[in-house]
Amino acid sequence: MKLAVLVFPGSNCDRDMLNAAKRSGVEAEYVDYRETSLKGFDGVLIPGGFSFGDYLRSGAMARVAPIITEVKRLAEEGKPVLGVCNGFQILTEVGLLPGALLHNDSHLFVSRNEALTIVNNDTKFTHQYEKDETVIYPVAHGEGHYYCTDEMYNELVENNQIILTYQDNPNGSYKDIAGITNKAGNVCGMMPHPERAMETLLGSDSGVKLFQSMIESWREQHV
Amino acid sequence: MSKFLEPSIEEIEKEQLYKDMGLTDEEFQKVVSILGRKPNFTEIGIFSVMWSEHCSYKHSKPFLKQFPTSGDHVLMGPGEGAGVVDIGDNQAVVFKVESHNHPSAIEPYQGAATGVGGIIRDIVSIGARPISLLNSLRFGELTNKTNRRLFGGVVKGIGGYGNCIGIPTVAGEIEFDGRYDGNPLVNAMCVGIIDHDMIQKGTAKGIGNPVIYVGLKTGRDGIHGATFASEELSEASESKRPSVQIGDPFVGKKLMEATLEAITYPELVGIQDMGAAGLTSSSSEMAAKGESGIHLHLEKVPTREAGISPYEMMLSETQERMLLVVEKGTEQKFLDLFEHHELDSAVIGEVTDTNRFVLSYEDEVYADIPVEPLADEAPVYILEGEPKEYKDIQNRYDNIDVNDVFKNLINHPTIASKEYAYDQYDQQVGANTIVKPGLSAGVVRVEGTNKAIASTIDGEARYVYNQPYEGGKMVVAEAYRNLIAVGAKPLAMTDCLNYGSPEKKEIYQQLADSTQGMAEACKALNTPVVSGNVSLYNETKGTSIFPTPVVGMVGLIEDVDYLNHFEPKANDKVYLVGDTDNDFGGSQIEKLLFKEVNHEPSKIDLDLEVQRGEQIKDAIQSGRVSYAKAVGKGGVAIGLARIASQFNLGLDVKLSLTDAQLFSETQSRYILVVKSGEAVNVDGAIEIGEMTNDGRFNLTNETSQINDDVSNINEQLKGAIAQCMKSRV
Repeated sequence: MKLAVLVFPGSNCDRDMLNAAKRSGVEAEYVDYRETSLKGFDGVLIPGGFSFGDYLRSGAMARVAPIITEVKRLAEEGKPVLGVCNGFQILTEVGLLPGALLHNDSHLFVSRNEALTIVNNDTKFTHQYEKDETVIYPVAHGEGHYYCTDEMYNELVENNQIILTYQDNPNGSYKDIAGITNKAGNVCGMMPHPERAMETLLGSDSGVKLFQSMIESWREQHV
Repeated sequence: MSKFLEPSIEEIEKEQLYKDMGLTDEEFQKVVSILGRKPNFTEIGIFSVMWSEHCSYKHSKPFLKQFPTSGDHVLMGPGEGAGVVDIGDNQAVVFKVESHNHPSAIEPYQGAATGVGGIIRDIVSIGARPISLLNSLRFGELTNKTNRRLFGGVVKGIGGYGNCIGIPTVAGEIEFDGRYDGNPLVNAMCVGIIDHDMIQKGTAKGIGNPVIYVGLKTGRDGIHGATFASEELSEASESKRPSVQIGDPFVGKKLMEATLEAITYPELVGIQDMGAAGLTSSSSEMAAKGESGIHLHLEKVPTREAGISPYEMMLSETQERMLLVVEKGTEQKFLDLFEHHELDSAVIGEVTDTNRFVLSYEDEVYADIPVEPLADEAPVYILEGEPKEYKDIQNRYDNIDVNDVFKNLINHPTIASKEYAYDQYDQQVGANTIVKPGLSAGVVRVEGTNKAIASTIDGEARYVYNQPYEGGKMVVAEAYRNLIAVGAKPLAMTDCLNYGSPEKKEIYQQLADSTQGMAEACKALNTPVVSGNVSLYNETKGTSIFPTPVVGMVGLIEDVDYLNHFEPKANDKVYLVGDTDNDFGGSQIEKLLFKEVNHEPSKIDLDLEVQRGEQIKDAIQSGRVSYAKAVGKGGVAIGLARIASQFNLGLDVKLSLTDAQLFSETQSRYILVVKSGEAVNVDGAIEIGEMTNDGRFNLTNETSQINDDVSNINEQLKGAIAQCMKSRV
């Protein structure tokens, strides 16, 4: 399996994401936002950071970057697309995921380890976890309040799209939502950072199973 | 006829315009004698910033000379953007601390943000990839609205820049005291990692080699920033807002990545950050170090708007800029690289053999100054100090209410948890942070190795004000202890000397005595000074801050393995290492009960410090210790409370100390938590109790006891600052 790690100007978790993917035993390569092809890649990782400085609105500029056309193509083809933090913001801006990310209720940036619940362990990204398992992922964001309308929320619930919720909501997200997938289940976005939770030495290895789930799902289909 | 309307040579002299720029009559005359003629407006501006305290250290040089600057591990000492210290395997650690006090006083968000940006560029210009940020902050008490605004703004600014650029903030310290009312201290430190063969220098060599400008376009911002940083703050300081620069972390990030790529090109000759005094200091210092001349064609400088004069360009402190000298004929390669990173860049000059600093704009010469005297012949002032007269009646501590003191101390923002601040800093970006902010030094793994760098930043202003000489030693020792407490071997240090006006005798004496103490401690603890910064004139409306030397220190952890299990657990035994005396001079209990520093005798035994430090480091590295903490502000009672709170564990401890000694701040002490069933071989370690799982904090001596739920203590420690910040009054 070969994964693309998108690099926008201002991305700052691209190294972490690449290292986490490689650590999980797959090939991974940086792809510049100006590229126009993701040929040969089996999935896309969109890392955290402040793409284009996020001076306008998180992810608003990244949305129109040349590479996004290819991200959409892979998403349509059913390949895994994972956006973390700024990656999640970008995926909602692009429209591959519903809802939007607003300023944290406190209007302060928040960085800490959060306990989360795996509410849906029947996805490409979470099947190695137990249902209702508690995981510890770091969060680090200023605009992490997940917003959606009641109608959208009902749809998310109906389709089992909510995969991850906060136990102690750090940003005011609607119904504690921390991570969702698209209807098809191959595009996933979350504010917490599983790529920073790969070793107990660094405080948590809860993220290992997320990467393994992604890779296992692919192998089941391709080997 | 000049293209720009500015004062003539005659007007500068007649109206003494140089005085507004911070130059004295004598200094003006020195400029005249260096030039052999009277300076024009651009030239006098250039001299004024280069000879500001901020750039020339004209009052502090004699004190800095005392510091040991070399040692076994030192690869590069002071003089460049940052110091470089060997950590083995062809790798080195690069670090420096810098102040941004004055800008933060009037524009807290941008002052702090640009402070962080500036120190990062210092590290990057050496060629190192930054791995961590630290900060040391001082504010007036949070009961005051202005101080809350400054504190909130500074914390937001540090996060705003550091989070965006993607470097974790891993440690720091914050204190609150009325002596910093309206004059906050914002000291930022950055640590980076580099391979030995990639170390860059800010030098301009090779006749004809092009000078390349890269980064943000120059604007009219931050003009005379360095001069402003060398003045006392007053009501009029508000009008100096234009002297404060605006940071752009997005461009900063692109510039960092581009620079780290540029240093891999062998054709790069020299590189320097455009920091204080911007284009002026970077270009003239590079020429001085390269023993060459430099000629800049200012019409080629990328500018934000038309009509910016040479004077404004040279004195602008626009952020996010770097200056490079590259081998002739390879400039396009660099310009292409910067183009790829979407940065503005241009060839703006060349290295010459004239030893002169020449500035022209469309062939008209605006400055022609000999390089060497500009950079190296700034005036140096050796003044006379006068020691402060100390009172000799000692305060009485024999009748205190232990529970009352305890409660008041944990609710004071200086002792309380700094979670409010560090929760706003990304602590883990980079995925190498092993020890996060909280109780001691930060620890960050060196990517791809089993090694880690521990770093800490500390100040002890009340001790220094109490007894400058002993206090100076204590500041260095505190940083040393914080590194020992995570099992690191202390390697070297950087310092930021924050004081009031050196032109006042008492302040001058504080500088003299405290730096002498610091220098002695550096020698004894084998932690040479490899970089640093001075911030004088920290006075508001005639009141000086406490003398606040701040020490940033880095240490090496060869193998991080023991840190996998570095967390206290129930049934672990608790030890106190070191005798406790009645040391209240400059302590938190003194501040609580008597408000003023009473200048009571204080002392530290540096030999004992090292001997004990070595033993404790070995014990920690052996894996038998599950936690260690140096005893600091508020004494052993507060130290124990902070451990219990941090890990949400019960604690049952009995101490043979008097009531007041529970809060005494005797030097060189540690609290050790030793794994159940293990023993450690540390001289002077006394078992005082154990960690428990009943959630109770139980501390007794012969006369008193503190007995409370840990959750209750936790709530007070963690809530104190947030509570203050909520106040609307």
